[in-house]
Amino acid sequence: MSSIYSEIILDYYRHPRNKGTLDHPQISAKDSNPLCGDIIEMQLELDKNNGVKEVRFNGQGCAISQASASMLTELVKGKKLDDVRNISKEEILSLIGGQLSAVRLKCALLSLKVLKTGVYTYLGSTSDSKELSEL
Amino acid sequence: MQRPAQIYPPKKTSGYDVERVRADFPILRREINGRPIVYLDNAATSQKPVQVIEALDRFYNHYNANVYRGVYRISEEATVAYEEARRKIAHLINARDASEIVFVRGTTEAINLVAHSWGRSNIGLGDSVMLTEMEHHSNIVPWQQLSREKGASLKYVGISDDGQLVRENVNQHLQEAGVKLFAVTHVSNVLGTINPIRELTREAHKHGCKVLVDGAQSVPHMPIDVQDLDCDFLAFSGHKMCGPTGIGVLYGRRELLQHMEPYQSGGEMIREVHLYEASFKDAPFKFEAGTTDIAGAIGLGAAVDYLSKLGLRNVRDHDREITKYALDALGGVKSLKIYGPTDPETRGGVVSFNLADVHAHDMASMLDEDGIAVRSGHHCAQPLMERLGVASTTRASVYLYNTEEEIDRLIESVERAGRVFKI
Repeated sequence: MSSIYSEIILDYYRHPRNKGTLDHPQISAKDSNPLCGDIIEMQLELDKNNGVKEVRFNGQGCAISQASASMLTELVKGKKLDDVRNISKEEILSLIGGQLSAVRLKCALLSLKVLKTGVYTYLGSTSDSKELSEL
Repeated sequence: MQRPAQIYPPKKTSGYDVERVRADFPILRREINGRPIVYLDNAATSQKPVQVIEALDRFYNHYNANVYRGVYRISEEATVAYEEARRKIAHLINARDASEIVFVRGTTEAINLVAHSWGRSNIGLGDSVMLTEMEHHSNIVPWQQLSREKGASLKYVGISDDGQLVRENVNQHLQEAGVKLFAVTHVSNVLGTINPIRELTREAHKHGCKVLVDGAQSVPHMPIDVQDLDCDFLAFSGHKMCGPTGIGVLYGRRELLQHMEPYQSGGEMIREVHLYEASFKDAPFKFEAGTTDIAGAIGLGAAVDYLSKLGLRNVRDHDREITKYALDALGGVKSLKIYGPTDPETRGGVVSFNLADVHAHDMASMLDEDGIAVRSGHHCAQPLMERLGVASTTRASVYLYNTEEEIDRLIESVERAGRVFKI
């Protein structure tokens, strides 16, 4: 059985990319996972065509939650908001690799949930509550 | 000089045969990821011996019926077994009488029963309830709710850095008027600390303060004598002591139970019901409204038989031996911090730790990959986590079937986590 704690996960955890905060983010959202105590904040700065110019995550918690948040920032950079909105949980899970238990899935998908909450709020569209509840 | 070959394995003085005990627990034969499961989450729930599983099976297959009111054979058999279980439990904790044993769902419900019934009648405006910083949420939140309702307050006994109660706090609080109840855990579910209940009770009683003991982590693991402890209430769960889930016990001093109002009302707990009023049965029946967990109670009776046969003194000795082994072994792991008392004499079989900055959930997931079941998180004791200054810990908790070899596997796996996380 392969470990979920791959070199890649550990590398993103120990050396997170895009960690920190932005001075003037148009989009900012934060949430936590009460089970692990994971906290994730996601911030986006947009260009005039609603493309992601800069992105940062901030937070604390387990390796899975922090590494997946960092991976997510790399995934969204340069993307249009509409495309960000369509990122699926399967994309995140394939980035992470390995098998996650149902409980740890919440850690892996926390950052995507936070990101989508922020994007939906910005776009003013009512969030697809079904989609969010599946995260 | 060559040592003579050892012909016989070293004899255990207690005569406690852990391999024979293990053979009683079918689940321990299970493999996870190709290795035998190492179950070290006993503070959350214990595994069940075949004797308990068979007792449940026998009840459902041979004499399943509702208790008390059926005049037919199997209802009588069920009633006898149910009341027999109550007597066994009374005997286990040396209650004066079986009527001091109330069947509830578990420790949480037992504490809620006391808060709702005794608490509402005895705690009023300006009174207070004394708690400790090492309580489980189940022994905090019911008292918060009650004090909000009544305009009462909570007073906390602090803990020292090595996880002992600050005894001066107990004294200080008791000097103030209106401290009606001291609700305290016997053994901490995070630190393993064994609190000196007998001394605490004596102190509290001097000031007319009643004592409720959370025995969830003590009754399964050591001999308990409520008359010796002199506590007024003792709450514990069946599922942590080899019994089924859904059944637990509130022990209450008879004089107190007699004067307490029912917690829930309905069938079975009444003496007479008229259109506009009803009268209630005596304790413990007035606290057991509706059809109770009959199978659970009978299963718990079987668990008590099982533990009594092994001997709670032997269980405690075994726990302590394995805990000592675990403390020594974990203590040798670089960058690993253990919380709570270091002396195995003053602690139960609960060992909480953190390895450097490895998050407890990552640690538990890594151990799971090696087939080892431990708990990680705040252990329903967030105020204690705040006091310790950590978000979470990993907790290994032992019981009567754990072995030194299993602790070796724990250590091996913790060390693997250290290597993966480059500690």
